Amino acid sequence: MNVLTVSGSPHFHTGQSVSKIMYGVVFSLLPAMLVSFYFFGLAAILLTLTAVVSCMAFEFIIQKYLIKGPLTIFDGSAIITGVLLAFNVPANLPLGLVVIGSAVAIGMGKMTFGGLGKNPFNPALVGRVFLMISFPVQMTTYPEPSVFSTKLTDVVTGPTPLTFLKDGISRGQEVSELMPNLPDYANLMMGNMGGSVGEISAIALILGGVFMLFRNIISWHIPVSYLGSAAVFSAIFWFIAPETYPDPLFHLLTGGLMLGAIYMATDYSTSPMAPKGMLLFGVGCGVLTIIIRLFGAYPEGVAFSILIMNAFVPLINRGFKPKRFGEEVKNG
Amino acid sequence: MGGVHPPENKFAEKQAIKVLPPPETVVIPLSQHLGVPAVPVVEKGDKVLAGQLIAKGEAFISANIHASVSGTVVKIDSMPETSGYRKQSIVINVQGDDWAEGIDLDKSLAKECTLEPEEIIGKVHESGIVGMGGAAFPSHVKLRVPKGKKADYLIINGVECEPCLTADHRLMLEKGREIMVGISLQMKALGVERAIIGIENNKPDAIEHLSELAAEYPGVSVESLKVKYPQGAEKQLIQALVNREVPSGKLPIEVGCVVHNVGTSYAVYEAVQKNKPLVERVVTVWGTKLKQPSNFMVRIGTSVAHLIEAAGGLPEDTGKVINGGPMMGKALNDLNVPVTKGTSGILLLPEHESMRPTEQNCIRCAKCLTICPMGLEPYLLSTLAMKQRLEECERERIMDCMECGSCLYICPSGKPLLDYIRLGKQWTGKMIRERNQ
Repeated sequence: MNVLTVSGSPHFHTGQSVSKIMYGVVFSLLPAMLVSFYFFGLAAILLTLTAVVSCMAFEFIIQKYLIKGPLTIFDGSAIITGVLLAFNVPANLPLGLVVIGSAVAIGMGKMTFGGLGKNPFNPALVGRVFLMISFPVQMTTYPEPSVFSTKLTDVVTGPTPLTFLKDGISRGQEVSELMPNLPDYANLMMGNMGGSVGEISAIALILGGVFMLFRNIISWHIPVSYLGSAAVFSAIFWFIAPETYPDPLFHLLTGGLMLGAIYMATDYSTSPMAPKGMLLFGVGCGVLTIIIRLFGAYPEGVAFSILIMNAFVPLINRGFKPKRFGEEVKNG
Repeated sequence: MGGVHPPENKFAEKQAIKVLPPPETVVIPLSQHLGVPAVPVVEKGDKVLAGQLIAKGEAFISANIHASVSGTVVKIDSMPETSGYRKQSIVINVQGDDWAEGIDLDKSLAKECTLEPEEIIGKVHESGIVGMGGAAFPSHVKLRVPKGKKADYLIINGVECEPCLTADHRLMLEKGREIMVGISLQMKALGVERAIIGIENNKPDAIEHLSELAAEYPGVSVESLKVKYPQGAEKQLIQALVNREVPSGKLPIEVGCVVHNVGTSYAVYEAVQKNKPLVERVVTVWGTKLKQPSNFMVRIGTSVAHLIEAAGGLPEDTGKVINGGPMMGKALNDLNVPVTKGTSGILLLPEHESMRPTEQNCIRCAKCLTICPMGLEPYLLSTLAMKQRLEECERERIMDCMECGSCLYICPSGKPLLDYIRLGKQWTGKMIRERNQ
């Protein structure tokens, strides 16, 4: 006679697992990774590898020696944090700083709160902002894109389109004077511009986002509301004073907006649960990003706006519930 | 809203219903329905005929129970039952197959009915008919529309949204004419002009067959529905067919609907037109390694082990046996338990599919919340229940949960969400009852 297993229903499961989802995200990051390797060469490869390995290493050390709990370094989440941290810094950042950033991202951003699913702030962004504040010079020295360079030092550096524009406008120049000196939209779309490792290519990031949508890893709510609100909000200023404020398409294609909207803001544990909450969260991120870009001290506001909105997530989850069945009386 | 798409795996959909002869013994529990158990009217040693009343459902929500076989009552005692508990049951040793007087065993279709609505309901009541979709709620209670309410629609549930099960599907194909008569009887009892049969579009043959038959019956129509679990849940079915939402904590009659299963409609036909009480039903026996997945017409009280033998025997590596569908059915710990009025299927899962996935941290992916057909937040409810924060459970509408299992099915972290929600519902229900006293 067989021994029968008894458990509560249901008795079927999708077979979906945390690591399958996480590796799905890693897979979707490949196009953006390849573009960054193409434009920033060996430096970008070394940087990404260093970030991934050190994120996994710090998670291992903390789980093994501090928490003394189960090891989950191969569930893929530390790999994502590593890749995203690398994507958020300049390609020629000294590798030692990346290791420090990884320690902060994993230690302070993730494990302090209990690990995967429990952290309120996006770990990679915590790492990035920490580096930004601690090493402002290295974090704002961006190499110019070239075709697969193997040079690791003495690279040509230059401003990102957002920095270039912000500096110019603050000197009193007009947008129309500055624009001819910047890559055209086709190049911005492909990623042929200065910037952090993984943020440059809008097209590669959108490709990854579409893959995640089809695999049901993310829903459309956050990316669409983030990008949409950023576009609408920046368009208002552009209509009022096109000489001082660049057009919405420029905003969408430059800086970390695509990376932020598709990968950073959609992080499961740091974004709202209900669709309506996700929309509010996305709009908040979009509006804050544009406010920081146009009126803040920094040329880029994606990281800050996402972290600020992360802090509101518990509140949003309380206020925005899914539509309950039978809530409004429908009678034919 | 919401819902999931588990693999359908309807292996037995082409297997015609096979009538299984009565076994050597049957065990007939006194409580096969929601509500108060029936009271025995026979004693140990009594000779009974098939179809003879052996226990009376006297309470408002209860159901009569009839002998499903002829023979001798050998025991009235507590016996193991599908729920895992022991229940008071009547055990009958089978002798021959003799039926009580007045029961028409002729297979010809009896279409005409001159009975008044109250007489139809009386027949349904006498015959011990309960909802055959699984919940086993006494049918006569549903047919009596409470004062002040009015029924607009009779909704017939032919959805069979649980994967693996094919009992209703076969019944619709093979007993379509009888089901149609049963539906017209229920319409008469309820005094409604319209009846809608909802069938998922993975059963095109059943949709076609019943649509043809329905042409003869004014007011009866067949609607094809998207394949989605739990499309056949009462509230979801009403919403899909007539776009009305049953309010939280209320019954379908609140929005003018009464829902009955196709199996129930067949039982109503037999009871009213053939005078035959509910003593048998169709049960799907299913398993990936099973020799012959089948649909059996079985006498109530036949043991599960006997059914599995009839389908080719228990496969070597069976790790789990389920009474019902894979999403809402109950795992059995003993195969010597009887088929009851609510048993729609017996499923055999191999060892490697019997275990739950390993539990991991909740990653807050929000999938449970997206698919919940009741618009609840399973991740939140399970945490609140675990911490016994029952006031908050109530506020977050834990009592609306129908335990369809979609959340646990979809959860990538393998969280036992529904286990905690079930506990939370029990505790919260108790808290509400105590408060109302």
